[in-house]
Amino acid sequence: MMMFSPEIETMGRKQIREMQLERLKHIVAYAYERVPMYKQRFDAIGLRPEHIKTLKDIENIPYTTKDDLRDHYPFGLFAVPMKQIIRLHASSGTTGKPIVGGYTRKDLDNWSTCIARLLVAAGATDEDIFHVAFGYGLFTGGFGLHYGVEKLGATVVPVSSGNTERQVMLLRDFGATALIATPSYAMYLAETAKKMGVLEDLKVRLVCMGAEASTAETHEALQGLLGAFPTENYGLTEVGGPGVSGECREKAGMHINEDMFYPEVVNIEKNKVLSEGEQGELLITTLTKEGMPILRYRTKDITSLTYEPCKCGRTLARMSRVVGRTDDMLIIRGVNVFPSQIEGVLMGMKELGKTYEIVVDRVGYMDTIEVRVEVDDAGLLTDYGKLEELVARIKHALRVVLQIDVKVKLVEPFSIKRAEGKVKRVTDLRKH
Amino acid sequence: MFVKQLSVFMENRPGRLYKLTHALGKEGIDFVTLSIADTKDFGIVRFIARDNERAYEVLKREGFTVGITELIGVEVEDKPNALAEVVALMEEANMNIEYLYSFVLTNHNTAKILMRVEDAERAVELLQVKGIKLLSEQIL
Repeated sequence: MMMFSPEIETMGRKQIREMQLERLKHIVAYAYERVPMYKQRFDAIGLRPEHIKTLKDIENIPYTTKDDLRDHYPFGLFAVPMKQIIRLHASSGTTGKPIVGGYTRKDLDNWSTCIARLLVAAGATDEDIFHVAFGYGLFTGGFGLHYGVEKLGATVVPVSSGNTERQVMLLRDFGATALIATPSYAMYLAETAKKMGVLEDLKVRLVCMGAEASTAETHEALQGLLGAFPTENYGLTEVGGPGVSGECREKAGMHINEDMFYPEVVNIEKNKVLSEGEQGELLITTLTKEGMPILRYRTKDITSLTYEPCKCGRTLARMSRVVGRTDDMLIIRGVNVFPSQIEGVLMGMKELGKTYEIVVDRVGYMDTIEVRVEVDDAGLLTDYGKLEELVARIKHALRVVLQIDVKVKLVEPFSIKRAEGKVKRVTDLRKH
Repeated sequence: MFVKQLSVFMENRPGRLYKLTHALGKEGIDFVTLSIADTKDFGIVRFIARDNERAYEVLKREGFTVGITELIGVEVEDKPNALAEVVALMEEANMNIEYLYSFVLTNHNTAKILMRVEDAERAVELLQVKGIKLLSEQIL
């Protein structure tokens, strides 16, 4: 099986744009008529749905933000009566109220299709056995991937999160060939399997990772340890969950399901839509959502787009892996620092474990940043010189990438807490 | 010829040494020697256990970063200047000692010296020529 929806995935650019325009006109009118917030927003600036005549006209529509979703908690942005909503999900909501999503039967069907497409793009077939280690519950990851695997017709093992040693046992005993997890949990499972001495017994050939961004170095490290092909996919609760985009075997960007989602990359400060290849914040407009249509959602994720057809044969636009979130960006002594830059440096050093944490603090008026990383290589223990040299080497590499000095602390293996859901790498102790 | 020593990476914070010693203690593994040197943030614990191989397995299983290093061990009389004589030998031959520690077993009138040098083969030759008694793991 090469593609799950070949007619969509190989559609010509002109046809894609025609389909998107038709769907955009429909969803704008639909949101205007059914969601009071959108009607008010449009009316306030004198915009009417019939003003959307070309795809470029989308630029006149105001952004939707996370605060909008919070302000209309829980069901204020739903476009259909509750009777037609057959599923609710919500974000983990680390701060304040969670973000809620409502799905009609059609929404769930489309969602499964999006997931099935990205699983096939990652190399899966209906003969695979998927071990789903995403949490099952309000989180969109578990159920989202679950129904996508079923739609593909592969076998799903709904393990959910927790009890890592038992998960390793099940991976081995059920002979799972594909693993669905966050990148950090996939790594933790592999490390645990190694520690238990059963790494060689695992049959996992694919790792489909989501919910957190990952770097090329993490993919390499995981491939080296597990001997499986890792791919990343992307999505967010606000526009329905995972399934917005995913990598194919070429790993040259994540193919966006453009029949369902219309992507734009913008410079927020300048309120300007950027061209192909330029880096900025991703906006997403849902083109088919019935339960909760969202126009120009500010994802806070920084990426770039390309419309070049891919070597895999797909013509769907691709977004680069998310290089950072405008939310995650740390400002240290006036310098912008993305945790992903630090991860890139650490994953490139083979002496280090794959788990790290970043602690930001302020001493007096001075910001400090400390990176804690686990020592994994017994070869370093012959003398202090080697450990000290390693610390110096990490500091130097970080200095080159970040342009600031970072304190580096070596810690014992498994001393940094492992997350089973979304991992929290950064602790910011500064009082703002 | 050489004495095997285990080296464990350890963070400089309360409870870490207990975790190591207890991991081995509850498996009934005895220490023969134990030496710790530290910097501000981390240290390396170096030790020889009665059963080094089992100690290695236990610590691996418990998630420590543990390595094996080969040391030169010599036995000298437990009297003044004995250590100095051995050190002098190495210095005369221009051999750098990376680290060294010594211990005395009760009911013995000899002291044991364990050291890590850059060129172990040459050091052993030198010590043998001078008639200094070398230790093997069994003698410990």
